[in-house]
Amino acid sequence: MLKKNLLFAGKNLIRMFLLLFAVSIATFALVAVSPIDPLQANVGQAALGSMSEEQKEKLRSYWGADTPPVERYVNWAKAALRGDFGTSLLYRQPVMNVIGVKLANSLFLMGLAWVISGLLGFVLGVIAGVYKGRWPDRLIKGYSLVIASTPAFWLALLLLLFFGVWLKVLPIGLSVPIGVEAAGVTFFQRVRHAILPALTLSITGISNITLHTREKMIEIMDSDYVLFARARGEKTGKIIFHHGLRNVLLPAMTLQFASISEIIGGSVLVEQVFSYPGLGQAAVAAGTGSDVPLLMGITLITAAMVFLGNFAANLLYGAVDPRIRRGGGKV
Amino acid sequence: MIRKKSQEASPVRLNERQKARLWLAVSILFLAGVAVAGYFCREAALVTDFSRKNIAPCFQYPFGTDWLGRNMFYRTLTGLSMSILIGICAAGVSAVMALLLGVSAAVFGKKVDAVISFFIDTVMGIPHILLLILISYAMGKGLKGVVVGVALTHWCSLARLIRGEVLALKQREYIQIAGKLGQSRLKIARKHMLPHLLPQFLVGLVLLFPHAILHESSVTFLGFGLSSAQPAIGVILSESMTYLIMGKWWLAVFPGVMLVLTVVLFDLGGSCLKRLLDPNSVHQ
Repeated sequence: MLKKNLLFAGKNLIRMFLLLFAVSIATFALVAVSPIDPLQANVGQAALGSMSEEQKEKLRSYWGADTPPVERYVNWAKAALRGDFGTSLLYRQPVMNVIGVKLANSLFLMGLAWVISGLLGFVLGVIAGVYKGRWPDRLIKGYSLVIASTPAFWLALLLLLFFGVWLKVLPIGLSVPIGVEAAGVTFFQRVRHAILPALTLSITGISNITLHTREKMIEIMDSDYVLFARARGEKTGKIIFHHGLRNVLLPAMTLQFASISEIIGGSVLVEQVFSYPGLGQAAVAAGTGSDVPLLMGITLITAAMVFLGNFAANLLYGAVDPRIRRGGGKV
Repeated sequence: MIRKKSQEASPVRLNERQKARLWLAVSILFLAGVAVAGYFCREAALVTDFSRKNIAPCFQYPFGTDWLGRNMFYRTLTGLSMSILIGICAAGVSAVMALLLGVSAAVFGKKVDAVISFFIDTVMGIPHILLLILISYAMGKGLKGVVVGVALTHWCSLARLIRGEVLALKQREYIQIAGKLGQSRLKIARKHMLPHLLPQFLVGLVLLFPHAILHESSVTFLGFGLSSAQPAIGVILSESMTYLIMGKWWLAVFPGVMLVLTVVLFDLGGSCLKRLLDPNSVHQ
């Protein structure tokens, strides 16, 4: 039994690394075909004009612009395996250091939103499913559908307008107050600055899991075993706890783990609106500022997060549902 | 719209299919209207006039004007019409890609299937926004980067759906019999599977629009793609951020509402189409 579990996990793990490898190739290929000249983008037109041919040549070989892409990729991958992702051109620091700092900020935000949206979405989905077709269901379903069509950045703008500009109760940006030393920032201040971004991410993250849980709950409430439970005289509340939640919880948790990609996407937009110095903002800066090493590093890290989420979802499914494990681990 | 009024006035209650048809017509009319109107007020959207700057919404300027005195109503319409056009282009390309990949994954044996599934997983592993940023960078930024990025990244989930559908179809008796009778795989795919997949494909195509439009506006909002003078919905909203703190709320609210309305209507149109194409719902 244990051996089977390990085998299942191992297979998934290997697949994860293969996928990560494929992502790195795809990312590198995309960056390599770009017509944007690394010299011009990073040195600037004026500085480039004043340089001698020799200097340009030196810079070109320094950035590896004259080596063929395949060779460049191999060099990059070798270094990356050792944990060296190069130096960020915008921040003038090793990419790993930049990502470490930004990721810590973002994880705080995304973790908060991930938990809140998961819990709230699940509860709302169960309520909607139980009251199918009645007003709570209509309300919740309508809300989810509208939110699914709302871009996260616009919602962020609205919240900013409402709480930051009109009510003036919450700060309009950044992760810490302006003009305060890093050491002097209290935990409370950090939380206060994360409220609006986290709220935006939570609100937008709810709709998917709510709709999914609702469908599952409706399915369960229409099932024979619930009908039988009703015939035995069980109360609705009891039915939900004994027969409903157990069956809905697992798919909901799987979905939440698999939705990490969306929450990262949302955080890129939301961080931009609130000037929150996280990974998403760094990604946008890297993209607009042609900081290739940083952009590649961020892509790989976020892809790894997504795959870890999927991996967790697979494990969760395999651990609880024996049918999946026996089926060879395909979900 | 006229049709809607006359039917509402009559005491006859509409059945589900009639309702679906009605909503489909409403959303098509609205979206086509916006797309055409936006095309015609492109010139007017670029006019700056300092004698009328920062006007709050009023009768003459329903969405107000910005700090350059540009008419926000025209700008919004133009931006939306561009979004819709990009959405159509993206949905078309992505849907065809999804169909080809999904069908070939399921038809051409296990190896091809494994390769295509791996490919789908790879693309889905990169967060969508980051992928759009990367493609925009690969294309050298600009409008081209946005269009190509949005068009090439929306096929994954539909391809998965179609692949699943074809795999299920393969087990059906009539497909197996056709195979036993010596028909080639390609012929089976074309004659026996494609007609079955068409409704799913159409619905999937329409439901791709909302995603495409949301991503297009997101990536232009982040500053990839169009210059700030261009009236794209993402650009309008990202510009409004600077003026929000000064209380110019209309710059963000109305364009955003229109964007959400557009996306909702596409979504609604798609689900109406789904209901109309589903033979099981004929009697509802």
